[in-house]
Amino acid sequence: MNWKTFLAILARDAHVARRNVVALLFQTFLQPLMFVFIFGRVMVGSGYMPPSYKSLLLPGIMAICMVGTGIWAVAMPVIAEFQFTHEIEDRLLAPMDISWLAVEKVVAGTLQSLAAGLMVIPAAWLLLRPGVDLRVPHPLLFAAVALLVALFSATGGLALACSMQQTHIGLMFSLIVAPMIFFGCTYYPWSALEKFPIMQKAVLVNPLVYASEGLRATLVPQFPHLPLLVVLAVLVIFNLLLFTAGLRWFYGKAVS
Amino acid sequence: MLAGIRTVELRKVYTSPPPVAAGGGGFSFRAPGGKSKQPKPQITALDGISLEIRPGEIFCLLGPNGAGKSTTVGILTTRVRPTSGQAFIGEHDVWLNQVAVKRLIGVVGQRPNLDFNLTAREILTFHGAYFGLPHHERMKRAEALLERFKLTDRADQMVRGFSGGMMQRLSIARAMVHDPQVLFLDEPSAGLDPQTRLLLWEIVREYNQTGKTILLTTHNMEEADTLCQRLAIIDHGRVIALGTPRELKASVPGGFLLQLRFGLHSGEFLERLQKLSGVREVRVTDGVGADVYADRGGSLIPEVAHLASASGVELHDVHISEPSLENLFLHHTGRSLRE
Repeated sequence: MNWKTFLAILARDAHVARRNVVALLFQTFLQPLMFVFIFGRVMVGSGYMPPSYKSLLLPGIMAICMVGTGIWAVAMPVIAEFQFTHEIEDRLLAPMDISWLAVEKVVAGTLQSLAAGLMVIPAAWLLLRPGVDLRVPHPLLFAAVALLVALFSATGGLALACSMQQTHIGLMFSLIVAPMIFFGCTYYPWSALEKFPIMQKAVLVNPLVYASEGLRATLVPQFPHLPLLVVLAVLVIFNLLLFTAGLRWFYGKAVS
Repeated sequence: MLAGIRTVELRKVYTSPPPVAAGGGGFSFRAPGGKSKQPKPQITALDGISLEIRPGEIFCLLGPNGAGKSTTVGILTTRVRPTSGQAFIGEHDVWLNQVAVKRLIGVVGQRPNLDFNLTAREILTFHGAYFGLPHHERMKRAEALLERFKLTDRADQMVRGFSGGMMQRLSIARAMVHDPQVLFLDEPSAGLDPQTRLLLWEIVREYNQTGKTILLTTHNMEEADTLCQRLAIIDHGRVIALGTPRELKASVPGGFLLQLRFGLHSGEFLERLQKLSGVREVRVTDGVGADVYADRGGSLIPEVAHLASASGVELHDVHISEPSLENLFLHHTGRSLRE
């Protein structure tokens, strides 16, 4: 493995991200933070929501931010660079196995997703305070869940981008990402679906459910959540599946 | 270390539409073999290409669109998997030893593929970094190449606003940053103005003088003629002629080509044409025309005109071309390269 090349390509992505940092920040945080403000501040302040909703909402918002950022950070460049600008070709010809370029995309996406997740906590906390009750009894477990969620977002972005035709990018967001967010237990805990038993079972295919429930279990364990062990196991399985599929499809796009 | 290029019986059959990089259209379609329930259309892009390009040579693949030029380049640059056969850069099998091959080659693609998120200088320095060049060295090389390709004044601008010619120059500069032993140029002068084309030729020759091997594809005969030491003419995935431009031009019967168009077909006229002194070969084109290969050009016209009136044939059009690769292509395929 040629680490010099790998790191140089990662440095290129970091350089581009730094160059677009303002746009990236708006794209990542504006919508989730507006949501936090309206639901956590306005609705709670006016009494339509109970005060505890603030703490319940934060992990879900973190999950949305992380997953959205990771998918966007990997999928958009991969689709554009392969199909519109072809600019990835220079990196495909770098002296490194082609699959490592896909790994690099996943690493870059994971790092961006982690950065987004870690930045949204203080931002949301500032917007919601007082009354946010973050406990984090096991920081290491929290770190493990956050890492798995970030990896899921990046591998998911890779698999989506490589299985999607360029004309379907709009569909990708309206048909896959948007339903994933609404049925992903982000704005409510999974246990809140008890009155909708079919839906409660059906949403279990949605990996975002495990992301939000996992973050809820490690940040605000006082609320009901899925067992942490299940969350970790399912996230690992999703990561492995998406990574394997993503790598294979990426290779198929790169070599004809 | 000098490196040449060798291919042995390369074949490539696409079962899905070939990528744009491989030229697209113009392939021959074949009925799929076997009794598959869902037959896929098979497109044979390369049909047994064997080439030996010597280290330090400027070699040209000449052919019309869809002939298989870009697929050949794709295979030699690790981007297309050959269906069968082998390709070597230096001692390395391209498919089995991709990373080693990538270190030896520089590639200028047929379409612009510059990194739109970087400035011109960054494109060169990051490319150097991918190939492990130390910081100081890549800055130095980028500066020299920007100077050589007359891009210094735009060096720190994003390339999005560059003209086609500037992008092409930058693509070639980028392919040279890591000083590759073998440089691939896929239709490098397409869309370039004459001045830039001359600059490109000058740079290619200069690079070649340092012992580097250059493979370029083109459908521009002038380019093949003036720039290449040897060339292969390919059509429908096969090599139909191979040699130096001089040898190839000399291989056209007679060298000169007179294309005649007349109103009425006359067997007698054609027969008598054949007997004129200097005429090597007469080929009937679509019934109302003939291609006459001869070893003289203009001096043959009065005799042809005389013969026509004597045979009661009215000449509509006469076109003389001197010995050229175009004539050679026409002679082998019955088609013009420009078609």
